[in-house]
Amino acid sequence: MSEIAEKVKAIIIDKLGVEASEVTPEASFTNDLGADSLDTVELIMEFEKEFNVSIPDDQAENIGTVGQAISYLEEHAK
Amino acid sequence: MSLRRVVVTGLGAITPVGKTAPAYWEGLAAGRSGAAPITRFDASKFKTRFACEVKDYNPDDYFERKEGRKMDIFTQFALIAANEAIADANLAAEGIDKDRVGVIWGSGIGGLTSLQAECIAFAHGDGTPRFNPFFIPKMIADSASGNISIRHKFRGPNFVTTSACASSSDSIISAYNYIRLNMADVMVTGGSEAAITESGVGGFNALKAMSERNDAPEQASRPYDKERDGFVLGEGAASLILEEYEHAKARGAKIYAELIGGGMSADAYHITAPDPEGNGVVLVMQNALRDAGIRPEQVDYINTHGTSTPLGDGAEVKAIQKVFGEHAYGLNISSTKSMTGHLLGAAGAIEAVACIMAMQHGVIPPTINHVTDDPELDPKLNFTFNEAQKREVNVAMSNTFGFGGHNTSVIFRKLPA
Repeated sequence: MSEIAEKVKAIIIDKLGVEASEVTPEASFTNDLGADSLDTVELIMEFEKEFNVSIPDDQAENIGTVGQAISYLEEHAK
Repeated sequence: MSLRRVVVTGLGAITPVGKTAPAYWEGLAAGRSGAAPITRFDASKFKTRFACEVKDYNPDDYFERKEGRKMDIFTQFALIAANEAIADANLAAEGIDKDRVGVIWGSGIGGLTSLQAECIAFAHGDGTPRFNPFFIPKMIADSASGNISIRHKFRGPNFVTTSACASSSDSIISAYNYIRLNMADVMVTGGSEAAITESGVGGFNALKAMSERNDAPEQASRPYDKERDGFVLGEGAASLILEEYEHAKARGAKIYAELIGGGMSADAYHITAPDPEGNGVVLVMQNALRDAGIRPEQVDYINTHGTSTPLGDGAEVKAIQKVFGEHAYGLNISSTKSMTGHLLGAAGAIEAVACIMAMQHGVIPPTINHVTDDPELDPKLNFTFNEAQKREVNVAMSNTFGFGGHNTSVIFRKLPA
């Protein structure tokens, strides 16, 4: 797993209080990992801080699973 | 329309001298000080470097991490105290209509820790706003009553009262009124505060309101002592379950006491200084006695506001003598802030619990740290100095006054067995 993927998973585990085993690429933040709308906003913010990127709202809407977050950040992280 | 009677059927507390209601009472009756050097942050450059913290507090002992981190510490304290009181009153029992159970909480300040953390983080950044989405819901004072209702599905009236250090006496009176007026059958009320932060301590230091007795923290809160030099900041929460009398009787609830009256007034004098004549304080005690329909001679115990400030303590005592006349000498007076410190918006709630426990146990909790008589205060008054006193308490009054000139008094009565 890439370093980015490791960091993304760690943020998700920390913020959503879930087990590492649940954080699979297909896992949906809201449907599988118990996130509500505010949790999702917080996750995006944490990604922005950690990877020093700015994720526009229209793109943030497309980040709904662990895998989607990892691929977006692998592409955009500085 | 006749007003309905209201009784207390549950108690909860998390305080600097005990982390449950029974432990809190034990601390008070033993005359234990909750003051110690500040551990929450590095206070080495502050004028006051001690406070009454809730000892060894770890939110993980009470909440799942995911849940706990979405609440400011003042809301965590609120839930801890309310959960204890709700369990004590057995409100989860079958047959309680949750549409008729409300929550009115009190907090003078709200989520100061969260506000401070977010502002510091922003100031350290490059100007890009990265405010956490939980920041506002953590900070706003009404998150306390909101979270209690969400946890327990109580759908009755729900809000928070803010009147500085009178906040939770006002929440108790509000809750009382909603039941009296038949707008609810049961109310979870109380107050919480958690302002032992850099901004809280620094802010109160700037007002010159706090004791700076850094060499002896546990002796710093000394209401009515000649050498008093300001209040000691405390934190925590207490909760009371108020319930309509017939409702409580019908379900066989344990009844601690009856809430028989509440009074409110304003000093209309200065935003932080008390009126030295105590006019607003005279008025609030008269209002409470009238609401309760009792004579001053019927009161046994007054848990005073008594914060250990040079001006405030004297003004309140003067007012008590004006309202109670000769009977002032027959009263037990004590300030439990000598032990707990000043819990600001939670003071009214923890002191209401102290009054009810005093009735239950027939013991007046003391005003500790008395060394030197203040020649300005009448020596014939009984301030319950240094040690608890045995006394049957049938009627107890609790006074709280807040910055802004808000004054509130509530009166409890023991129900005949």
